[in-house]
Amino acid sequence: MSEVKTFEIDFGKVHSERMRLNVGPQHPSTHGVLRLEVELDGEIVTEVIPHIGYLHRCFEKHAENMTYPQVIPYIDRMDYIAAMNNELPYVLGMEKFLEIKVAEKIDYIRVICAELNRIANHQLAVATFGLDSGAFTPFLFFFRDREMIITLFERLSGGRLLYNYFWIGGLMNDTPANFGDDCMDIVKQVRATNAESLNLLMYNEIFIKRTANVGIMPADVAVNYGVSGPVLRGSGLPYDLRRSEPYSIYDRFDFDVCVGKGEVGTLGDCWDRNIVRMNEMEESCKIIEQAVAQMPKGSCDVREFVPKRIKPAKGEFYTKAENPKGELGFYIVSDGSLKPTRVRSRATSFVNLSVLPEISKGYMIADLIMILGSLDIVLGEIDR
Amino acid sequence: MTANKIYEKLKAELGEGIQEFVEMPLSDPFIVVSRDTILEACLVLRDEPEFLFDYMVNLSGVDQKDSFAVVYHLYSIKLNHRVVMKVILTDRESPSVPSVERVWKTANWHERETFDMFGITFDGHPNLIRILTPYDWVGHPLRKDYKTPDFYKGLKVPY
Repeated sequence: MSEVKTFEIDFGKVHSERMRLNVGPQHPSTHGVLRLEVELDGEIVTEVIPHIGYLHRCFEKHAENMTYPQVIPYIDRMDYIAAMNNELPYVLGMEKFLEIKVAEKIDYIRVICAELNRIANHQLAVATFGLDSGAFTPFLFFFRDREMIITLFERLSGGRLLYNYFWIGGLMNDTPANFGDDCMDIVKQVRATNAESLNLLMYNEIFIKRTANVGIMPADVAVNYGVSGPVLRGSGLPYDLRRSEPYSIYDRFDFDVCVGKGEVGTLGDCWDRNIVRMNEMEESCKIIEQAVAQMPKGSCDVREFVPKRIKPAKGEFYTKAENPKGELGFYIVSDGSLKPTRVRSRATSFVNLSVLPEISKGYMIADLIMILGSLDIVLGEIDR
Repeated sequence: MTANKIYEKLKAELGEGIQEFVEMPLSDPFIVVSRDTILEACLVLRDEPEFLFDYMVNLSGVDQKDSFAVVYHLYSIKLNHRVVMKVILTDRESPSVPSVERVWKTANWHERETFDMFGITFDGHPNLIRILTPYDWVGHPLRKDYKTPDFYKGLKVPY
């Protein structure tokens, strides 16, 4: 076999006429209704302008016209991939503001649900990212497992994606029988698929070629743009709200904060962001195992502390939690009436997307799709 | 560092511009900063080694009926502390506040959103255009006196 010839082309000296191209709003690789206005020099991206708002549903305006518990279903619809995680900061913040202390078992159920939903989110993120790069089989494996989690949530709350399961002061329902065993089955299955996917996807030569050294985000750029979650940790900064400011009962569990290490390329590239997601699934499995073991036995009245009528005092607070995608926060202002004056959601994907123009300059247009996929955005949350 | 201490140190450094420290039971305390001092205060908070607020968590507007407030939530990853600052804008007709986009890039999109929703202009912002509503939208939806239009480009708005 003859040797493969490579051609050394200095792209720096060749310039073509600049071309403007619209990616989206209806395009599978934009992961929703997002339009990217891209300026191209040949195949090289020189400028990216994201146009968002196609899915704007006035969440913040709606929230001002509803009572506090009525806001929760709307929060579900923000990041519809990880609805349990979305409800958590709002519910925890409201309980702190109203001085409600819930039963211990409820805290454990919440943590288990949040971590299961984190696994489901990361499975979808890695699966669709693989799909963007042309890997179809891992997508099927991940979706098969995600189905188990979603079926469990359906048994808990009746909904497959939008749960309204966490209530202010409790839960909608108690867990069904064999909840703990079902969780352990899921953990076992997730671990098996992850071990398989590491070989099939993450350490696949083609996948590494597509993702390593692409979309490099240095930690200082990431912090200045305010990104959070696996996108920030992929740049090597171990910032996780579950560890830095533990909420709920996260201080009782032993888990690691995963960071990117630049294993196959440069620190903070697309591959790093995805390996963080893969590793976080394992950490979530660890938390679920510990939570199932520690959870108080027997049934409890999950609606015991749910207030009949919520009329908080005058005040304002910011409540946050570590979502699968990063820090999700709510800034709530109360004027002492039944309805909030202002509910501001610090949407994770909104902030994470804003870094895209900065990190995608100078790459090929095919790499732009990979960079966008590695940010793991959900347009429902960006547009609210 | 607690919010109260940050207030005292800021007050010592910047004087009159740091107006008051508001604490309510169960609420997050916040520092009221005057409109003209906010950019300077942000730079001090980011760069001084005892504050090091390198991470802007959130920037939002609030309609307080007789005035607007722009609220800054800051966090320091290195020192693990938080602070909330507020600028009260009494001019309802044309509220404006200096942009902090050059301090934290997070503010770029957040300020655009606040402009879109409240009509607060951020002086010195490089690209202050609407972000969530269409570019030709009339009005600022999160103002309390906003009236939902009946028609958009000749089409009836269905609710």
